[in-house]
Amino acid sequence: MKRELLKFGVFAILVLLAPLLFSGGYLMNVLVFVGINTMLAIGLNLLLGNAGQISLGHAGFFGMGAYISGILTATYAWNPWFAMPLAAVVVGLLAFLIGFPILKLKGHYLAMATLGLGIIVFIVFNETVDLTGGPSGLSGIPNLTMGSVTFDSDVKNYYLIWGFTLMIVLFAVNLANSRVGRALRAVHDSEVAAKVLGVNTSLLKVQIFTLSAVISSLAGSLYAHTMTFVAPASFGFNFSVELLTMVVIGGLGSVYGSFLGAALLTLLPEFLRAAHDYDIIIYGGLLMLMVMFMPGGLVRGVPDLFRKLFRRGKESGHA
Amino acid sequence: MLLRLKNINTFYGKVHALKNVSLHLAEGEIVTLIGANGAGKTTILNTISGVTPAGSGDLLYHKEPVQALAPDRIVKLGISQVPEGRQVFKPLSVEDNLELGAYLRYRNREGKSSIHEDMERIFTLFPRLEERRKQLAGTMSGGEQQMLAIGRALMARPKLLLLDEPSMGLAPLVVQEIFCVLEQLRSERGMTILLVEQNAKAALRLADRGYVLETGKVILEGDAGELIENAEVKRAYLGKDKKEIWER
Repeated sequence: MKRELLKFGVFAILVLLAPLLFSGGYLMNVLVFVGINTMLAIGLNLLLGNAGQISLGHAGFFGMGAYISGILTATYAWNPWFAMPLAAVVVGLLAFLIGFPILKLKGHYLAMATLGLGIIVFIVFNETVDLTGGPSGLSGIPNLTMGSVTFDSDVKNYYLIWGFTLMIVLFAVNLANSRVGRALRAVHDSEVAAKVLGVNTSLLKVQIFTLSAVISSLAGSLYAHTMTFVAPASFGFNFSVELLTMVVIGGLGSVYGSFLGAALLTLLPEFLRAAHDYDIIIYGGLLMLMVMFMPGGLVRGVPDLFRKLFRRGKESGHA
Repeated sequence: MLLRLKNINTFYGKVHALKNVSLHLAEGEIVTLIGANGAGKTTILNTISGVTPAGSGDLLYHKEPVQALAPDRIVKLGISQVPEGRQVFKPLSVEDNLELGAYLRYRNREGKSSIHEDMERIFTLFPRLEERRKQLAGTMSGGEQQMLAIGRALMARPKLLLLDEPSMGLAPLVVQEIFCVLEQLRSERGMTILLVEQNAKAALRLADRGYVLETGKVILEGDAGELIENAEVKRAYLGKDKKEIWER
C-alpha cells in the first residue's frame, strides 16, 4: 500500500506541474480532455479489466451525465454543483436497475445488450428536441464557479478536471487493492468459484456496473460545464468503442494504464494532424502494432520495451 | 443431524439430474459419494451450496430449511465447497486466493488478525503453500493448486466441507497427502466432510459411510467398510484387482 501511495504521489505532482511546462493555450485544452477521458477509462476499466464485464454503451452514461447537468443548468438555471450530483444519482439508479437483467448475460450477448443501451440513449438525445436541442445540440451551459473563481479558462479547467481525476485515481487504486477488488478479479476468473466462496456475484457485478456508470456521469457533467455546449455526436457508439480502445491499449485492470490509454488516444490525433490526410492510416497502424507487440497494454509493454532496449544496448557495448 | 437431503430433485433445464435423492450427514462424519460420470455427484454438491438450486425436496441444515438460499448465504451458514477441477484464481497470488476465502468474514468487520491467524494455520496444514505465498496460483502444480483450493475453502471457517474430486489428476502420493489432511481436519477440528470421488477405494477407506449413485439416484448406501466388501460396488467401481467378479 505504501508503494501505491508513492506512485500516486509522483503521479499527482506530475499532473499538478504539467501546466508550467505546457503553458500553450491549445495543448492545455487537449490536456483537459485527457483528464475527462482518464476518468471515463478508469470507470470502464473497473468493469472490464477488474470484473471482466464488457460494456459498449458507456458513451451513453457519459452523455446522460452531460445532458442532465446541461439541461438543469442551462434550461432550468440550477446551480451546477447541485445538478452534477443529481445527474450522478439518476444515472447510477438507472444503471442499477438495468444492470440486473443485462449483467445476467455473458460475453458477446452482454456486448450486444450494452451496445443496444448506448444506441437507445443516443437516439433519445437526438429525438427529444424540446429537451436536448436535438442534433444541433444544447448551448448556454454555465461554467462551474467556486467562490469568486469561475472556471472559464483552460488552465483553471485543467486544475478543476484533474482535481476530480486525481480523486478518482486514488479511489480506484484503493478499490482495486481492497477486499472488493479481489472479489472482482475472482468474478473475472471463475464466477462459480467466487460464488462458492460466498461472493454474491450477481449483486457485485451490478454494483461495479453502477459505480462505473456514476464515474462516467460525473465525467459527463464536468465535460458539459467546461465545454458549455453538448451535442449528441460526442456520445455515440464510436466514442464507446474509443473508450474501450483506451482501456485495452492502456492495460486491462490497471488504473495508470487507463491514464496512459486515455492520454495516447487523446493526444495522438492532435500530433498526427501534421500528416494531413494520412493521419487516420498512421493512427490505425499504430494501434495495430501496439495490440500485436504489447498485448498487456502500455502499462506493461513500455517497461518491457525499455528493459529490452537497455539490455540490447549493454550487450552491443560489450561486443 | 448436521445436514439432511429429503427427496431432492434437481434439473438442468429439462434434464432431470437428481431423482428423489435423500442422504444425511451427522456432525463429525466423513461421508463419500461414489458413482460413474454423470451419476449426479457434483450436482448434489452444487445443490447443497445453492449454485444449482433444487427443483423440489427439502434441504435441511441444523434442521433449518436452506434450499432456497443463495450461495453466499450458504457459505455464511458454514458450508464451503471446494469446486471440481480446483478453480483457484490463477492470476492471483496464493495469499490473495486465501484472503478471498475469508471474503464474508471481512464484511463482518472481523479483525484482520484472526483472518491472518487462520492463514498461518493453513500454512501449517500445507507447508508447501507457505513457500509459495507470493506466487501466482496458476503457476503451481496441480497438487499445490488442490491444496490451495482446500485452504481457501477453510478460510471461511466452515463446519461442513464439500469436496469435489480432490484427487482428480493427481499423483497417488499427493492424493495420500491430501486425504491425510482431511482425516486431520476431522480429528482435530471435528470437521464434517462430504467427499465426492472417482477414486472409490481411497474414498471408502477414509470415509465412515458412503452412498453409491447411478443416473441421478442413490442405489446403495451403508458403512464404508460394508460398501468396500459389497460385490456390486466391487464390480462397478473398484475395478481390475477384483478380476474374479467382473470376469464371471
